[in-house]
Amino acid sequence: MANAVLPTLTPPAVDGGPPVRKRSKVKPKRQNLAGWLFVGPVIAGVLFFQLAPVAASLVVSLTNWSGLNRPTFLGLGNYRELFTADDTFYPSLRNTVIFTVVVVVLTIFIGLGLAVLCNQKVKGIGIFRTLYYSPAVTNVVAIGFVWFWLYDPNNGLFNSTLRTIGIHGPAWLSDTKTALIAVIVVAIWQGVGYPMVILLAGLQSIDTSLIEAATVDGASAWRRFWAVVFPLLTPSLFFLTITQFITSFQVFGIIYVMTSGGPNNATSVFIFHIYEAAFGHGRLGYASAMGWVLFVIVGVVTAVQWKMEKRWVHYDN
Amino acid sequence: MTTETLRVPLNRPPKHLPRRIVVLAVLLFFAVVFAMPMLWMVSASLKPENEVLQSPPTFLPSTFQWANYSQAGHGLFPFFVNSVKLAALNVGFLLLFASLAGYGFARLNFAFKNLAFALLLSTAMIPSMVYLVPQYMLFREMGWIDTHYPLWVPNVLTPVFGTFLLRQAFRGIPIELEEAAKLDGASTFGTFWRIMLPQVKPALAAVGALTFMGSWNDLFGPLIFLNSTRLQTMPIALALFKGEYFTQTNLMMAAATLTILPPLLLFLLAQKYFVQGITMSGLKG
Repeated sequence: MANAVLPTLTPPAVDGGPPVRKRSKVKPKRQNLAGWLFVGPVIAGVLFFQLAPVAASLVVSLTNWSGLNRPTFLGLGNYRELFTADDTFYPSLRNTVIFTVVVVVLTIFIGLGLAVLCNQKVKGIGIFRTLYYSPAVTNVVAIGFVWFWLYDPNNGLFNSTLRTIGIHGPAWLSDTKTALIAVIVVAIWQGVGYPMVILLAGLQSIDTSLIEAATVDGASAWRRFWAVVFPLLTPSLFFLTITQFITSFQVFGIIYVMTSGGPNNATSVFIFHIYEAAFGHGRLGYASAMGWVLFVIVGVVTAVQWKMEKRWVHYDN
Repeated sequence: MTTETLRVPLNRPPKHLPRRIVVLAVLLFFAVVFAMPMLWMVSASLKPENEVLQSPPTFLPSTFQWANYSQAGHGLFPFFVNSVKLAALNVGFLLLFASLAGYGFARLNFAFKNLAFALLLSTAMIPSMVYLVPQYMLFREMGWIDTHYPLWVPNVLTPVFGTFLLRQAFRGIPIELEEAAKLDGASTFGTFWRIMLPQVKPALAAVGALTFMGSWNDLFGPLIFLNSTRLQTMPIALALFKGEYFTQTNLMMAAATLTILPPLLLFLLAQKYFVQGITMSGLKG
């Protein structure tokens, strides 16, 4: 079975019923035509719309193509320029790394806390869940509008409030010292909903008899959480570190809407840099080279995460 | 301590009461943190223009100016139609292709199945920026730039997460159900469509809701692939309005509120299935 690919994500067993896969009765007859008719469209789509363009992008990254000219082969010229002559590459990489680390760690951590909260038996808990998740379903342009206004140096809610207690607030988004933090706060506010839902689903599938057993043994609520619940959540947490890293490292929308990378590149992130090269300056070859550098970074970090999986992720079936 | 005291939230002993209050207080605190910017947006959307930038700011409008909504709604309507059309195409076709592939990977036995599945999962890791440039060129060759095609056709044919989630859901359905249908002479497609598909409704709801939100809130796709204003979607229209139409904050906030309502209502309705669908996928703790 394709189980080998993801050994850990097995389906929940059906209570009291026979094992889910009971293939012995029906002999595993090959259904090549039917099988490929079912999966064919998706496999063809992935090959045509993703994998072929990925390969093409590697070729383009070795040229000076603008989309209009006849491309000249540059070898590794684009890559050399990126690492040695591009003034915004390192600052944008630094911003991306800071953004990613802070956002991944805090969204998962806060998301875990909220998931535990949302798993309490309280009247109207569905309303709280919806409220907490609501920023995650809101488009970044609307979010940008509101926060832009909240951050306004003169009339914004934050500085108006600070003024009443005699503090002169900073010009959040146009000050190079605070801009990145201000954007990160918005990204966390919007980003915790997804980890919360995934971890809530994780919490709800934990067998309550395990927790009750620990209680009978006299474990405190704190100890029950860290010794029983947390290890059982590690597969979900692992899934989240992988997916949150990949999405955070590619942050674009919130930056585009709130600061456009400014002031003075203080919030310029990697994707924004690629977007500008490709669609601002028409340097498709250069943008493709940056795309591949991004790909390698994401690939290496993801591989390291998989490698470390055994150290902290607890599987128990 | 006995287990009885644990299991009864209804007649819980008085010593648990403070804990309950603490939980409620924390829940309310976070509710304020998450809702405050939204409430502020709604409040501003109902204010007369001169009141929005008043200092110190007031939370409640002095008069509720509902006309802001009709004015913003009037301007947004054509873009609303585009967004609805794209969301419907994305959700409908993605659910079709993802459930077909999910079922194929879960239950059918065919050559190169493991290879195909590994190929599919591996693409989840590729940043879309890597293939964006060649994709753009491909769409240009196909005459798809400044049409709606790039905003749904590639999405519905590459549903990696949806296929994975539905495959997990199909694997959780007892095989006896399927065998009975086969014995009754149902075809493979008939079994899939009539017997199996209704069994995975929560997973379909979860994938459908996520797809809707992805399509509704997409900023990057329309920004790159569309040029004509008449084809634009709600998020872009909102960005355009900021410069062109609405110099008034109250109208901008009314427009922003209108764009976030549909996904919010959808999540409120689908919330239960959403969590259930993810649990069903076996992505469990």
